[in-house]
Amino acid sequence: MKYVDEFRDGEVAAKLAQTIGAEVRTDQTYHLMEFCGGHTHAISRHGLIDLLPANVEMIHGPGCPVCVLPTARLESAIHLALEEGVILCSYGDMMRVPTSNGLSLLKARAQGADVRMIYSTLDAIKVAEDNPDCHVVLFAIGFETTTPPTAVAIQLAKERGLKNFSVFCNHVLTPAAIQGILDGADGKTPLDGVLGPSHVSTIIGSKAYEYFAKSHALPVVIAGFEPLDVMQSILMLIRQVNAGHHVVENQYTRAVTQNGNQKAQGLVADVFELRSSFEWRGLGVVPDSALSIRQAYDAFDAEKRFTLPPFKGADHKACACAEIIRGQKKPLDCSLFGKACTPDNPLGACMVSSEGTCAAHWTYGRFRDTEVAR
Amino acid sequence: MKKLDLKNGTVDLTHGGGGRAMNQLIHKVFTTAFSNTYLNQGNDQATFKAPLGRMVISTDSFVISPLFFPGGNIGSLAVHGTVNDVAMSGAKPLYLSAGFIIEEGFPLADLTHIVDSMAEAAREAGVFIVTGDTKVVERGKGDGIFITTTGVGSVPDGLDLSGEKIQPGNAVLVSGTIGDHGVAIMSKREGLSFETAIHSDSASLNHMIAEMVEAVPSIRCMRDPTRGGLAATLNELAQQSGLGISLNESAIPLHAEVAGACELLGLDPLNVANEGKLIAICPAKDAEKLLAVMQANELGVDAAIIGEAVVDERYFVSMKTTMGGTRLVDWLSGEQLPRIC
Repeated sequence: MKYVDEFRDGEVAAKLAQTIGAEVRTDQTYHLMEFCGGHTHAISRHGLIDLLPANVEMIHGPGCPVCVLPTARLESAIHLALEEGVILCSYGDMMRVPTSNGLSLLKARAQGADVRMIYSTLDAIKVAEDNPDCHVVLFAIGFETTTPPTAVAIQLAKERGLKNFSVFCNHVLTPAAIQGILDGADGKTPLDGVLGPSHVSTIIGSKAYEYFAKSHALPVVIAGFEPLDVMQSILMLIRQVNAGHHVVENQYTRAVTQNGNQKAQGLVADVFELRSSFEWRGLGVVPDSALSIRQAYDAFDAEKRFTLPPFKGADHKACACAEIIRGQKKPLDCSLFGKACTPDNPLGACMVSSEGTCAAHWTYGRFRDTEVAR
Repeated sequence: MKKLDLKNGTVDLTHGGGGRAMNQLIHKVFTTAFSNTYLNQGNDQATFKAPLGRMVISTDSFVISPLFFPGGNIGSLAVHGTVNDVAMSGAKPLYLSAGFIIEEGFPLADLTHIVDSMAEAAREAGVFIVTGDTKVVERGKGDGIFITTTGVGSVPDGLDLSGEKIQPGNAVLVSGTIGDHGVAIMSKREGLSFETAIHSDSASLNHMIAEMVEAVPSIRCMRDPTRGGLAATLNELAQQSGLGISLNESAIPLHAEVAGACELLGLDPLNVANEGKLIAICPAKDAEKLLAVMQANELGVDAAIIGEAVVDERYFVSMKTTMGGTRLVDWLSGEQLPRIC
């Protein structure tokens, strides 16, 4: 794992910081959004804010799958988990997320639901094969990175003739979310550039961002997840802004190609189709922003196999996540931040996972605030 | 009475029933392994002479899964954990009690293995397991075996260690690489098995501690960063002392394999458990001397000075990152769960 050290060299970081400092124009503020929660986490955990000039402002976007999953969908998952004879398989970071009435998968488990934490979709297939008398539901969430493994699981279940396996599909699409932010901004989101996601881009390729780079005259740099990747990508964005360019550049060339992983794209296209609309926590309803399971795989679609009552999970009225995700507000502008809403008791999308803006600021950065208590 | 089949037999409810079977189990498995003057008195309690001065007592329950892991098992851990809790006060650990809750059907071969490991760990630490208890619960009402140990020790004259004694400017030392135990356990967890050369650091630190307090009696405080890792323990100390703690990330010892596994699973090594490491805080002027004593012991070869106590009315633990920025090192919210991507 030597590669980690190479991308965390303090001396190289200092040089990049110096170059950024020398190249930024002092008469303007650079509003740069990192879409992906992985970047938010890297920026916070490595304290990169301290290496940037005050007029380079990082806006932490909605790219955390746990954060943007609406509470109503989580309530449906919990409802499934509590059904007699159902085993619900979920990724670990969904386990603790609370619903508006304070339930979570962990708490449902304590109430007797059979909820298993999995690390791979194939674990869920194995659980189904090992428990022929139960029905196993895979609680599938995530962006383009986690979608191909779900497709593989569904294809495998069909191949093996599994009768006791289905998927509760909540997969969402990155470009649609960015488009949603840009279209819904009403000129209020000050955005000078976007750091494109790392892992998502390995699947969908850099060309997926070309449309809105052009339509919204927005510089995009696809960035790796390591702190030096992030620093170099910020420098590339600043250079584009300074030069008046708005193209898609790829800093993460060691993993991302222009066309992406076409085999994975093929798997996804075989199993999934576009949902015409999907609600995002914090962003609201975004058209064509999610996937559902194709008719050919109906037998593996939990939404078709089970009758799910309509849930209406609403966030706290004072929650400012919608504005925070768009960069219109900061965590400290929210009256709930650090008071009613903390990582131990998250009320809004930005607090539920360590990759959310508010959770990252609380966990890693609140020492910079002058008025927040412990 | 039928001979106890230690190779292929299993524990059943009669082994906790108070009759002959229980007596047989205790003698064949426990007293044979733990044999010492105090235990061999054969009474309901152990009697020993109390040394003069201050005594310490500490108790801990062990429910670890898996029971056997690279670098140890629940038995050795049950000794190391309590010996360390006693020793962190600067005390010399003397006696342990051991309570066993065993699930019906538990293999006697595993029980013997665990008990033998406890006996060996106690010998290495120089403590006696002087009294104990065994209960057997029905199948499904336990997770194989649970062990509770209580330790008693005596503090050398003139030594009074506590988190409240930490002063601004005091140096913070750690005795070696962090996160080894947690990663070794995770590598064997069901559903998460991965290949790693990392072994648990589970060990009794009392001999090293004796050397430390003798050489540097000005040590303010020691604590073992077990559950919650370095981050939780330093936050506890910050709150207790009413000070902040400032760390230097590049000084914190970390195995490349542990860093890699944490990276892969989305965990922060600062939150990962240790079972054979300690944090020591002492006046800055004595830090190098203390470091040398720790590094001279085989359990402290990777020891390092990782930061200092600072004035901070909000009691924050902060860290200068390798990248040159600063971040907070906070308590963990709930259990650390792997990220999906």
